[in-house]
Amino acid sequence: MKNVLIFIWRYYFFFLFLILEGFSVGLLVDNNEYHESGYYSKLSEQTARIQDGYDQFFEYFRLKSINQQLAYENSGLRSDLKQSYFLYKKADQITVNDTVYRQQYVYIPAKAINNSTGKRNNFITLNRGLLHGIKPDMAVVNGEGIVGIVKDVSPNFSSVISFLNKKCSISAKIKNGDYFGTCYWEGGNPKEAMLNDIPSHAEVHIGDTIITSSYSKLFPEGITVGIIQSFDLKPGNNFYDIKIRLNTNFQRVTYVYVVRNMMKAEQENLEAVGQKEEEQ
Amino acid sequence: MFQEVISNSIRFVVAIALQVFILNELRLGGYINPWFYVYFILMLPLQTPGWLLLSLGFITGIIIDAFSNTYGMHTIATLFIAFCRPGVLKFLSPREGYEFGARPTIDFFGIPWFFAYSGILVLLHHTLLFYIEVFRLSEFFYTLLRVILSSLSTLILLFLAQYLAFRKKE
Repeated sequence: MKNVLIFIWRYYFFFLFLILEGFSVGLLVDNNEYHESGYYSKLSEQTARIQDGYDQFFEYFRLKSINQQLAYENSGLRSDLKQSYFLYKKADQITVNDTVYRQQYVYIPAKAINNSTGKRNNFITLNRGLLHGIKPDMAVVNGEGIVGIVKDVSPNFSSVISFLNKKCSISAKIKNGDYFGTCYWEGGNPKEAMLNDIPSHAEVHIGDTIITSSYSKLFPEGITVGIIQSFDLKPGNNFYDIKIRLNTNFQRVTYVYVVRNMMKAEQENLEAVGQKEEEQ
Repeated sequence: MFQEVISNSIRFVVAIALQVFILNELRLGGYINPWFYVYFILMLPLQTPGWLLLSLGFITGIIIDAFSNTYGMHTIATLFIAFCRPGVLKFLSPREGYEFGARPTIDFFGIPWFFAYSGILVLLHHTLLFYIEVFRLSEFFYTLLRVILSSLSTLILLFLAQYLAFRKKE
């Protein structure tokens, strides 16, 4: 026993290294789970606070481009207003009862206080958290299009997996088409992404708009992803390799909306029941 | 002794602030990410005891991790170079050994020595960091290019810092 202790003492440098490194590998592996409590989330809450202060100072320099984005988005919303539509047939007019339309998506505004695009796995920090109704797995969009998915939440901040991340892939489809595929980022250029699984008999044109599909549980249908830049059908392959130009400028993401799907739990419960029956 | 603690604490804060608030905000097309904060680990006094070296590497890594929303990546890489540092110093030691009070700077040991010292440790750190981040072999050469370009940019910053912070005392 004494010899063991002497041995450990002599090589304590190595053993201390092993223990600490083991702890850090644990942190890395735990990465897939949500940390809503614990020391680490307290630390990241503090760092997010510091970044918030830093960001508030530099926000003044970006006000011009933020304004432009907002004006652009407002013009889009304005053209969607009822007053902007010309009523064709007077006879068909139906009074809309509110009970027909139940609200499914709620948008919570938030501001990105930290963002990166240069890494293989990028993250965005938002200045809204648990106290504002944000929970893990909510979609994040802005006026231009998709942004990412919420991963961790602390009381006042939340950490978002940017679309520019290995872990983020989104179900998307060609606008005016029925075929859907998976959209993901390959790394490198923050303005380009790939769309796979569109079958070879689908009609694909350069310049077609790609939007989120209704198969996504997180994203509402019809959020812009980007436009087709080029496509390729390798001989013997049943699916297109489509390269798309992302609509969202990830290098300038500032004001975003976190999307809460109010019927997500209902849909998931129903699907879980179906899966359980299949297992039996 | 006391002066050493103060100057290293200042270096700790400055290196991390520079990394988090300025270098992390640079968007240089995905290939170049300088991780300058290793400067703090490189500049620790030669006589730093092992437990302190490892603890400081751990703390530095975890703070950078918390700021850049990565879990454990920087901690693993920084701890690893803290662990390798005594070995690298031994490997590069002059024939008569290190004199007391010497510091791992260009002033004391010259440019070739500092280049080898920081080059080895930065390359180890960046290789570990970038491959952990990607964690797949299919992007091997793309990642290798990123490691090399980022290491070069970090080294340039380290040399600049050396010339700015340690001017030869007349």
